[in-house]
Amino acid sequence: MDSVLLVHRLHFAFSVTFHYLFPQLTMGLAPLLVVLKTIALRTKDERYNQAARFWARIFGINFVVGVVTGIPLEFQFGTNWAHFSRLTGGVIGQPLVMEGVFAFFLESAFLGLFLFGEERLGPIGHWWAGFAVFVGSWLSGFFIITADAWMQHPVAYQRMPDGSFQVTSFWGVLLNPWAQLQYAHNMSGAVITGAFAMTAVGAFYLLNRRYEEHGRIFVKVGVIAGVIFSILQLFPTGDAHGRFLAKNQPVALAAMEALWKSQRGAPVVLIGQPDVERERIDNPVAVNKALSFLTYGSFGAEVKGLDAYPKEDWPENIPLLYFSYHIMVGLGTIFMVVMVVAILLLWKGRLFRARWMLWILLLCVPLPYIANTAGWLTAELGRQPWLVYGLLRTAEGFSPTVSSGNAWFTLLGFMGIYTVLAIFCLFLVLRVIAQGPAPATNVALGKVATQEP
Amino acid sequence: MQTVWFGLVAFMLTAYVILDGFDIGAGILHIVVAKTNDERRLVLRTIGPVWDGNEVWLIAAGGTLYFAFPALYASSFSGFYLPLTIVLWLLILRGLGIEFRAHVNNTVWRGFFDGAFSLSSVLLAIFFGAALGNVIRGVPLLANGYFFEALWTNWRVGPHPGILDWYTVLCGAVALITLAIHGAHYVAMKTTGEVFEKSGRLASRLWIPLVVLTAASLVATLSIRRELLANYFRHPVLFVVPVTVVVALAWMRRATRCSNYTHAFWASCLYLAMMLAGAAAALYPNVLPASTDPAYSLTIYNTATGNYSLTLGALWWSFGMLVAIAYFVFVYRMFRGKVSLGKDEHGY
Repeated sequence: MDSVLLVHRLHFAFSVTFHYLFPQLTMGLAPLLVVLKTIALRTKDERYNQAARFWARIFGINFVVGVVTGIPLEFQFGTNWAHFSRLTGGVIGQPLVMEGVFAFFLESAFLGLFLFGEERLGPIGHWWAGFAVFVGSWLSGFFIITADAWMQHPVAYQRMPDGSFQVTSFWGVLLNPWAQLQYAHNMSGAVITGAFAMTAVGAFYLLNRRYEEHGRIFVKVGVIAGVIFSILQLFPTGDAHGRFLAKNQPVALAAMEALWKSQRGAPVVLIGQPDVERERIDNPVAVNKALSFLTYGSFGAEVKGLDAYPKEDWPENIPLLYFSYHIMVGLGTIFMVVMVVAILLLWKGRLFRARWMLWILLLCVPLPYIANTAGWLTAELGRQPWLVYGLLRTAEGFSPTVSSGNAWFTLLGFMGIYTVLAIFCLFLVLRVIAQGPAPATNVALGKVATQEP
Repeated sequence: MQTVWFGLVAFMLTAYVILDGFDIGAGILHIVVAKTNDERRLVLRTIGPVWDGNEVWLIAAGGTLYFAFPALYASSFSGFYLPLTIVLWLLILRGLGIEFRAHVNNTVWRGFFDGAFSLSSVLLAIFFGAALGNVIRGVPLLANGYFFEALWTNWRVGPHPGILDWYTVLCGAVALITLAIHGAHYVAMKTTGEVFEKSGRLASRLWIPLVVLTAASLVATLSIRRELLANYFRHPVLFVVPVTVVVALAWMRRATRCSNYTHAFWASCLYLAMMLAGAAAALYPNVLPASTDPAYSLTIYNTATGNYSLTLGALWWSFGMLVAIAYFVFVYRMFRGKVSLGKDEHGY
């Protein structure tokens, strides 16, 4: 691969992967915060308000990092992918502006009120501020997914003589079927991250025998949300998305499954390493005919393999795509099992005493981050070698005047800054957890008040 | 339709400069007017609930540029690759400076983030000024509509300039002083006590440098690109803009003299709006003039997106912006009045 293209790709991949570690938590926590605030409002139980304030603090830290790492992405379309921007601005620009105008303004305005205005707003006003933050963050997710979905599955466009794309239908772009499936799947994934984080902190408090009342609230809310969304993640959202992908990007599906040859009764490989050079899978553990069934609902159906497509249209990094996909599906299955066991224990009233299960819930906390990242890698590596599927190749999109040296310079700079950022963020979140949702100290709304000597 | 969108992008950028301008300004004088921890917390509280919303105007302006003038967005963002990336780094540093400072009650921790907040605010002001300077001066556009500018070449204004030359550095200095004075008005308007006194004094001390630099930048601009006056002679009504700049400066002086910093703040808003409007009126219909060959200049006509998008966009965009402005009015009303250090109100 051309080294200029490679560094521009690494640049965007690194920036967007790092960025999405933060919004997946904030988008996932936002509805859970609304749930906590709603219970607090209805039962007048102050512990739920304390729980909401505690999570608002963690939300606030992650939100800041999400914002400051998100701004570079909006700029990188232009700085690193200028030719892509020039050609697709007429289409992709629309959801991107809509995100700013309809979602970011709402979110940022009401987050300030939510974090700083509990006393000024009163309980009902504060509930609405939290609700507005939830709507803003979920709208923002919708618009950005619409932009990505158009690259995955271009609709409602017209190609101009100069090669640029123009929108032919405003609603066509917004109601892209790919966007709806991807949105449902992605937001459910975000709630899984939020739910596992909430459960893990609760489990930590219970195992530690500190803040046990709050710990029980966190575990209960987290496990209920976790079981709902880890089921939704597989069925219907993941299943429907997979079928749609099979129809519209069959070569991506073949690469995800490392299915080299077209065949009837194609297997699903659970474990095994794809060997691209010899076009086979090493050490396979497979379920026969399962892929045909999952994709077409019949064990005998023919699934097209990579050999059905010209090599220049194959995704470039088949092993990474294959592993991303398998990690995503594997972890998704584990989430469902863990959460179903946890809810059964909760239902029997044994969860808070079952220390082995609390340990599992605590240790699971990094896994949803890995699964969400792997999911996005699957989507975007599967799209290769195209920027706009079937229409514009990735090699045609980067900035013609930015040298690889300059791109490396900024990539290394971002790597350094983001490393520091990650350390600070982790340190502060752990500190909030260590301080706990303590009712006794005079904690500020959203931030820790600095008490001066 | 292209003209409408030129106006809308100019409006967004102006709103960004005025709004984020005052919190960048507060950052510039943060370590100057506020010495003790309590004073610094007070400065941060004035901007705490609003700075993030203010920054959204930059994101929305960038998005609007991408949508309405994709070729301009592509060319300028890749051409200004290095300074834009540095601006992004500074925005990151600044956001952390504001938000992370209060989390740990320790002198070294706070000192680090105070320094980060101030330094990034100073450099951002200079870079934004220099960016505007580059757009006015022109960039070395190639026939394919792209260019790449090094951070500096020989510091001279010529066909192959760098991002920084004597002219753009002058623009950076104007921006630094302007935003410092704008921030001082805002902080004085929102505070009492020592911080109020010091910001007020700083604002009145910076007034003469501001007038001198404004005049110098005007002379310098006309000396390097005389043709910028063409629009003004074609439509003499535009001379209202520079006249209003002078009025704004006079109003600022008067308001500072009577310690009425609300008026002074409005005056510096007006000053900023008119300086930017003056530049936009001079450039139109160019959006990125070429220093190489005028034929390569990017205009609103050769960079705009299709008419369907622009026409329909004008509808939903206006609707969305009206709603957004309503949020802003609401939030600023909720947080109106002077800020204090009451323990149970804010977190900074």
